Amino acid sequence: MSNEIAILGAGMHPWGKWGRNFVEYGVAAAREALADAGVPWRDVRFVSGGATVRCGYPGYVAGATFAQALGWQGAEVNTSYAACASGSQALAAARNKILAGECEVALVIGADTTPKGFLAPAGGYRPEDPDWVRFYLGITNPTYFALYARRRMDLYGDTQADFAKVKVKNAAAGSKNPRARYTKCFTEEDVAASAMVADPLRLMDICATSDGGAALIVSSVDYAKRIGKGDAPRIAAISTVTPSFASGVVEMPDIATDSAAAEGIEAQSFRAALPIKAYEEAGIGPEDVDVAEVYDLSTALELDWIEDLRLCERGDAAKLLRGGDTRIGGRIPVNPSGGLACFGEAVPAQALAQVCELTWQLRGQSGERQVEGARVGITANQGLFGHGSSVIIKR
Amino acid sequence: MSDKPLAAAIDGWHTLGEQPHLIGTRCCGCGTYFFPKQTHYCKNPDCDSNEFEEVELSRTGTVWSYTNACYKPPAPFVAAEPFEPYTIAAVQLEKEQMTVLGQVVAGVSTADLKVGMPMELVLETLHEAEDDIKVTWKWKPVA
Repeated sequence: MSNEIAILGAGMHPWGKWGRNFVEYGVAAAREALADAGVPWRDVRFVSGGATVRCGYPGYVAGATFAQALGWQGAEVNTSYAACASGSQALAAARNKILAGECEVALVIGADTTPKGFLAPAGGYRPEDPDWVRFYLGITNPTYFALYARRRMDLYGDTQADFAKVKVKNAAAGSKNPRARYTKCFTEEDVAASAMVADPLRLMDICATSDGGAALIVSSVDYAKRIGKGDAPRIAAISTVTPSFASGVVEMPDIATDSAAAEGIEAQSFRAALPIKAYEEAGIGPEDVDVAEVYDLSTALELDWIEDLRLCERGDAAKLLRGGDTRIGGRIPVNPSGGLACFGEAVPAQALAQVCELTWQLRGQSGERQVEGARVGITANQGLFGHGSSVIIKR
Repeated sequence: MSDKPLAAAIDGWHTLGEQPHLIGTRCCGCGTYFFPKQTHYCKNPDCDSNEFEEVELSRTGTVWSYTNACYKPPAPFVAAEPFEPYTIAAVQLEKEQMTVLGQVVAGVSTADLKVGMPMELVLETLHEAEDDIKVTWKWKPVA
């Protein structure tokens, strides 16, 4: 297919909470990806970075920051900011550059250092800022995750034990992942014993924020063949579509949804829309997917994503989970990396980390976490302000 | 409770009195409702109107979902000491075809709520300030 590019190398700095400069994490990830690809740094002609908004000016110009750290060698740079989808948007920029014939090899990279404690808005009295308003009224991030979780319970009969099962499954996978921040196995009883944060979600149902870095070396298929890597996994689709009005699901940081009262307007779900373009672009359907990495900001949200990716009917994700279908060795493993449950969120690196995991899975290099015979993988994530992405890779 | 005067926590977002309403706007071109108020551009992709009328939104709706806050949120939230957990609901308004978040009145827990349950809008204290008591909209199960 003419719109595919090859993934030659993947690299990650382990996730954690060290408070060091984010550039260190990015450089470590980039060096690992370059070594994995067997590509010399000077051959990389485009550096596409996911921005971090929490690390000052160097974070706003992350592409240049990483290029300088690795040693200026005259490549072109780009920086993308798209909240949780920043990595995918940076990847899309690299793909465009490659498919336009303007470069053969690109580095796509993201890294973050996260502050300790609550993420709070700027101070003052600012009712024009929806983020300020919701905190003022007592509505935090877990509120939104809990609203989605509770709706599943009332509509589909999901239980808190189901949500705990997601944590247990992801912790078991993450315990075999040396790059994960949390590698301890947990039981459903452990989850049930953790403090209630936002009913029905407990502390262990909700992901943390982390430091981390991830990088990919991508190239034209021609270049991959020339260096003897014609069978490398390919990027088959990148969807970074916006929501469609009227968004019918209340989203962080808003206090209300769009109104669908106008003629010809229907309420839409953003999460469900994201993979549609990805499947169309790749020319495949949910039945072709072998493995998925989804954005489990909460345990219950993993179940929403499974349905949004159409890996089962709406409302049936907990059935899949209870049957063991979504664990490694099951019919359709979800989050074999351990997911955000084991990593915590490092915003500009996270979408790339999902692609790194799928790259290793499709190459059969995931050791104890290996999804046998995986040939098609899909990612999904969603962030603030209408950003989200879904990437399909295959070999 | 003190005898300080009551004041809206956010000015102009709801009416005061016994049967309060949220105050939103309605696009004169396509009829889309907005809360908070939108007065400069319509967000409907098929509408380029920039004329809006201020409207009172329906003060009853049904529960879309609900949760609570077991931990004290960071500023600008002003918490009572000691912190008392509170319930939160997302309520769907039929005519406006939109969902609005808000705290639920004191004394109602998540165990008292269910998706689809009818709710009405009332005013209740958000926090006590130096000069007055800040009130805001909250959802209350219809008796």
